[in-house]
Amino acid sequence: MNKSAIAIEKDIDQKSIWQFLKEELKPKGKWLTPFNIISIPIMLLGLVLIVIRFVYGIGSITNLTQEVPWGLWIGFDVVTGVAFAGGAYVVTFMVYILKMHKYHSIVRVTVLNGFLAYVFYAGALLLDLGKPWNVVNPIIGNSFGTSSVLFLVAWHFLLYMLAQLIEFSPAVAEWIGSRRARKILSAMTIGAVIFGITLSTLHQSGLGALYLMAKDKIHPLWYSEFIPILFLVSSIFAGLSMVIFEGSISHKVFFRQISEKNHKAQKGILTGLAKICAGAMFAYFFLQMLVFIHNKRWDLLDTPMGYWYLLEMIGFVLIPMFMYIHSYRTSNIFLVRFASIVTMVGIIINRLNVTVIGFRWDAAVQYYPSWMEIVVTLAVIFTEIWIFRWVINRMPVLSDSPAWVKEEK
Amino acid sequence: MSIDRRNFLKTLGVAGMTLTVGKGFGSANKDGDQTEFNALLFDATMCIGCQSCEKACAKAHGLPEPEEIELDVIKKTSETRRGVINYHTTSKDDVYVRNQCMHCNEPACAAACLTQAMYKTKEGPVIWREDKCMGCRYCMVSCPFDVPKFEYHSANPKILKCDMCHDRIIQGEIPACAEGCGDALIYGTRRELIAEARKRIAAEPELYYPEIYGEDVAGGTGLLYLSPVPFEELGFNTKLQNTSYPELSKGFLYTVPSVFVLLPPLLLAIHEATKSNQPKEEDHE
Repeated sequence: MNKSAIAIEKDIDQKSIWQFLKEELKPKGKWLTPFNIISIPIMLLGLVLIVIRFVYGIGSITNLTQEVPWGLWIGFDVVTGVAFAGGAYVVTFMVYILKMHKYHSIVRVTVLNGFLAYVFYAGALLLDLGKPWNVVNPIIGNSFGTSSVLFLVAWHFLLYMLAQLIEFSPAVAEWIGSRRARKILSAMTIGAVIFGITLSTLHQSGLGALYLMAKDKIHPLWYSEFIPILFLVSSIFAGLSMVIFEGSISHKVFFRQISEKNHKAQKGILTGLAKICAGAMFAYFFLQMLVFIHNKRWDLLDTPMGYWYLLEMIGFVLIPMFMYIHSYRTSNIFLVRFASIVTMVGIIINRLNVTVIGFRWDAAVQYYPSWMEIVVTLAVIFTEIWIFRWVINRMPVLSDSPAWVKEEK
Repeated sequence: MSIDRRNFLKTLGVAGMTLTVGKGFGSANKDGDQTEFNALLFDATMCIGCQSCEKACAKAHGLPEPEEIELDVIKKTSETRRGVINYHTTSKDDVYVRNQCMHCNEPACAAACLTQAMYKTKEGPVIWREDKCMGCRYCMVSCPFDVPKFEYHSANPKILKCDMCHDRIIQGEIPACAEGCGDALIYGTRRELIAEARKRIAAEPELYYPEIYGEDVAGGTGLLYLSPVPFEELGFNTKLQNTSYPELSKGFLYTVPSVFVLLPPLLLAIHEATKSNQPKEEDHE
């Protein structure tokens, strides 16, 4: 129980909720941190580029071509970002369905991370739409393209954001100090969790299924009818590696918010997650090998794309898998963290190989993202981190719930 | 057959959505009457490269005048060009060939479109409807022929491609290109045109390469080609599959309703089972 929580609780009794919100909106802490100095110019530049994009069209700031209509914004922001957000469904499954109470302290931060990732990556998707004002067409109206995988993905994004909001909402209720709201929202958690896991399995695989019709455009080493299942299995360790990575940073940056008990539990949590990652990566590697052998692609190995494929499979799947195995056997936290970074790089490479690098690899004019696409991507990520930090500094996410929550039970 | 499969896919999608959203809109899409698809047949042995079809197309759709045919420059359809005539030096002779939207029987673009902006009409043409489109360009990702083109330099971009002059067809006229051309490009029902093409191959086997491009490729297309030389020589992708492209994602779409029915009860069951083991530690939040 920390001091600020008591202070907030007292405040609420005296002031109206609006005054409270107004005060909470103000920034807390120092302004000129290194992170702010780097992120603010990039976010401002990104904003300028977004304005240019909406005035002069998508081609004014991107390198997209008629042959490669989806680039970095889809391949990295959406497809890779959603894989990294997969931690939320895996951790809620572990805690609420399997009742692995050891991981309870990381649920909120993981769900928050997942929720923000979806909000921002779906937001980035709007930038990529030629007619973003028509984005409601598949949701309301009579324009349902029900035979489209993208239709499914769009609906699932929307519903899953809602499910994650419900999963996270008790923290908001605790922040504004509403006991009644907390009680009602907490009762909805398990429903949201079950719904959310179901949606996640379908749209994590659905993002891969988007590319099934692009059979002749994706390099055969990355195209197979198993893309959906490969995307689903890899989202498990992609998400958990993100949880490890984000948790390690949060524990340093938001050190003071975390209780003594949770600091001590962190080691056990990280090695536990390392174990699950290693298991999922083994399954994934095995699947990849089955696909490779089943499709008889040996002749493609001795080509530049073949070497790139081998690097991805061995350097960024097999090796980090062994790192994870070694790290939990020796309880080496540094190695867990290092393995999580290598795994995440591997996921980025894999998703980009399917969506950008291997897509039209044989085209006469190759697509490379423009610096402006990269700046906008960075701006989106930085804005997300800003919101994340704002929430962490105010709501009981990493810190313990206020005292009254325990009394209620 | 193709219509049946299409309807089946739609029905399944609607069923899936019903399970997902809990809202029925089953009344959608029952093209009760089995009209035949209309199509175009391009005979490369007859085309003399006069570009009348290109000019007629440009005039009908208010597009700029087409550029002249140049040697060694393969033109592509673009934001301002719905169909192009290209010139190829081949093993037999110089051959002119027309490139445009293939109007597939089961179009990948229409299956990909989440708003039904890309739409296979019952008359045969695949059309694009501006008011529905959100500009996601998934049609471009999915089209095996790379046909749809996007206006990258517009604040309110359109997807552009040949619509086989759908507005003219429903008024009983024929597409502008077929009208502009003498006999190299003819319009009719797909069945009639395939019969005609077969007849031509049979009548002059030494003149024609014995295959109709478009009869089987991508599940059958609404643009059919006859050629004096193998189609690779005309820059055609002959490695495309002969089954329809929407088939490729069908398997995935089929599993969606099952997952939606089976997974939640399973999760709930595990939740209940793990709960009863530790009644005291129950805490949801």
